[in-house]
Amino acid sequence: MPFKSESEVTWKDIEIGSIVVEPGSAEQYSTGGWRSQRPVSDYSKCNKCGLCYIYCPEGCIEQQEDGFYKANLFYCKGCGICAQECPKDVITMVEEEG
Amino acid sequence: MADNYIKYGKRQVTKDEYLAPGHRACIGCGEALAVRLACKALGPNTIIVAATGCMEIISSQLPWTSWRVPWIHTLFENTAAVASGIESGLKAMARKGIKPDKKVNVVATAGDGGTSDIGLQALSGALERGHNFVYICWDNEAYMNTGIQRSSATPYGASTTTAPAGKKSIGQVTWKKNMPLIAAAHNIPYVATATPSYPFDLMDKVAKAAAIEGPAYVHIFSVCPTGWRSAPEMTIELGRLAVQTGVFPLYEVENGKYKLNVNIVRRKPVQDYLKLQGRFRHLSEDDIKIIQDRTDKDYEALMELVAKGKE
Amino acid sequence: MAERVGMMVSLAIGEAVKLANVDVVAAYPITPQTHIVEHLAELVAEGELDASYIPVESEHSAMSACLGSAAVGARTFTATAGQGLELMHEVLYVAASMQLPVVMTVANRALSAPLSVWGDHSDAMAVRDTGWIQIFTESGQEVFDNVLCAFRIGEDKRVLLPVMVHLDGFHLSHMIEPILIPDKSDVDKFLPPNKYPLPLDPEKPVTMGAFGPPIIYSETRKAQEENLQASKKVILEAWKEFNDIFGRSYSPVESYRTENAKTLLLTMGSYSQTAMTTIDKMRGEGKDVGLVRLRLWRPFPLKELSEAVKGAETIVVFDRALSLGGQAGPVCSEVRSALYNSDGRPKITNIIGGLGGRDVSPAGFEEIINRGMEMAQKGSDREYEIYGVRE
Repeated sequence: MPFKSESEVTWKDIEIGSIVVEPGSAEQYSTGGWRSQRPVSDYSKCNKCGLCYIYCPEGCIEQQEDGFYKANLFYCKGCGICAQECPKDVITMVEEEG
Repeated sequence: MADNYIKYGKRQVTKDEYLAPGHRACIGCGEALAVRLACKALGPNTIIVAATGCMEIISSQLPWTSWRVPWIHTLFENTAAVASGIESGLKAMARKGIKPDKKVNVVATAGDGGTSDIGLQALSGALERGHNFVYICWDNEAYMNTGIQRSSATPYGASTTTAPAGKKSIGQVTWKKNMPLIAAAHNIPYVATATPSYPFDLMDKVAKAAAIEGPAYVHIFSVCPTGWRSAPEMTIELGRLAVQTGVFPLYEVENGKYKLNVNIVRRKPVQDYLKLQGRFRHLSEDDIKIIQDRTDKDYEALMELVAKGKE
Repeated sequence: MAERVGMMVSLAIGEAVKLANVDVVAAYPITPQTHIVEHLAELVAEGELDASYIPVESEHSAMSACLGSAAVGARTFTATAGQGLELMHEVLYVAASMQLPVVMTVANRALSAPLSVWGDHSDAMAVRDTGWIQIFTESGQEVFDNVLCAFRIGEDKRVLLPVMVHLDGFHLSHMIEPILIPDKSDVDKFLPPNKYPLPLDPEKPVTMGAFGPPIIYSETRKAQEENLQASKKVILEAWKEFNDIFGRSYSPVESYRTENAKTLLLTMGSYSQTAMTTIDKMRGEGKDVGLVRLRLWRPFPLKELSEAVKGAETIVVFDRALSLGGQAGPVCSEVRSALYNSDGRPKITNIIGGLGGRDVSPAGFEEIINRGMEMAQKGSDREYEIYGVRE
């Protein structure tokens, strides 16, 4: 199991050569706390082109069951690229409160 | 959009993310997007060698990793040498029947610093020896990871911390080193330029580079909002403008023949591209004219190579 | 049947590497190691050794290519000397801390400036703290044998460390000596195939070389140090197995005529063999002197050294390198530090010589022992002296 925090790691826990054996274990880190704005979508305009999904540097936009694309807010840093690039102006960036 | 949809369209793009979300790249990072797209083109049957740099630091903090493919980082300037060892080791073990003879993409990746400055020797050696590997340079035009210091890939007139604009200096006083041409001068089978703003072109090229026998070099222009002082949401637009102004043309060199992938018939003025970036804010009209003239000259030289490629 | 062949020691190294069935050789030529890499290239070109030979463009790239090769589980070898060892300096630390087993023979050469292609131990001393297992050798047979042992030790699952086999540049590398070349079947009994436990493999993706922020770096260093110290057990095991199969035994510290010796000379490398003839002469004259030779340099054999020098009143440490600006030569500093806390610790004096290829004759070693004893008895205005420097 990946560690929850670095301070849990003792010298005996270190793998040979400090190799990390669990692929993608850093996905537990929530970068969603970084953002000051969040994407909000008006799907009535969306044609499911998927460009928002292609252009997201985080790779956190996921295609839903209904085919529309939604940003995973656990990771979304609020860069606004999806809103800027959407050819149908589906996405608006909205200020996060607090 | 003047994109060429050759092999890649939205439907061909895998949903798998080989660089897991939760990585610590800056908001709006063009380089992280380049990595993400390149990895989709490469697929899981890939070993990535990384140099010290942004992409290494944001993805590999002990005791975790963002990588879902085998990945090795050692030092700053030796990516191509480590990749040479991996390629040769796999080849030897397959030949001797020690390990099954499976095709694995060996991909060396480094930033512009790790490629055109400190890593140039190792790159040149690996290209000359003809190893079967892909070398990808993520070019964000400075040593961004350590705080925006200049590299030989920093463009003329850009302000960086070690070549800052000031009363006595325009910032970068030299012109960007042309790494794709240097790679092509090694007579390798494939060289390409790409940028995430043309995502399907990028994925086509990375896939092609991986499929080719022998060394392949892909130079990926990676917009850096932090270092270039541009708005994070403009990352894709800026890359597009770099292509449309001729600052960063998209082309391939296959066995010495140049081919332009995106031909902009009437190029936009470089000013459209420069004015969106704080690192060029100090430039005068005269400075911009110098950049425009040189951009035109270089583009024409490239067009001559392309014309020769059609013969 | 094992075959006794007269050959240059450098070429014998190639023969050992061939018997070890190495997968990758990544090497850059440098005097006085060139014959090693040339002979290996020949063996590959003639099809006698099935290995990928990477003619890298510098030593930094040589060791870097070795990292990559070891990381995918290939048996990997390289060789260098002097400036080459220094050029790959930062990569050496990485090979050890990332636990990538590589075997490297170093034809010990003096460091510039002034340029010197000739032998001394300054290159080896500069890489003391890199975390490699380091073995010094005195004869062609010892180099040959320890190259085989190095693969056995380094690739052992309990160790997984790179191993340096040191041999004196020119004084050993270029000597023609009789080498007993064992049968391949015996070598295969001793040396199992390389099975690196966590190689780079798309079937099981791992991340190698993640970075260590302050909160975790100390833990990685402690883990590394514990592992290096623990490797001694495997080194002794390997040497014992080697002796069982081939009948030649090696140990971390070797003594020559040290019974009841009040004064001991301590040496490393091929000059030890010259010193042995001096000990024979002096013993013949009734003097109670003996010779201690350090073979295992890292991990430092504290226990074996303490045992070997028990009962001696004076140790004269002969260094073949300076520690510029320091109290004594590097080996003397280590020996003094090792024996400082021992009961009845002997007087330890230091003579430095054999720099940049300068010979020391048997008579020279007699002068060195006598001067070392004199310094111990009467004191000296210096912590160490350089032997044979024209004033």
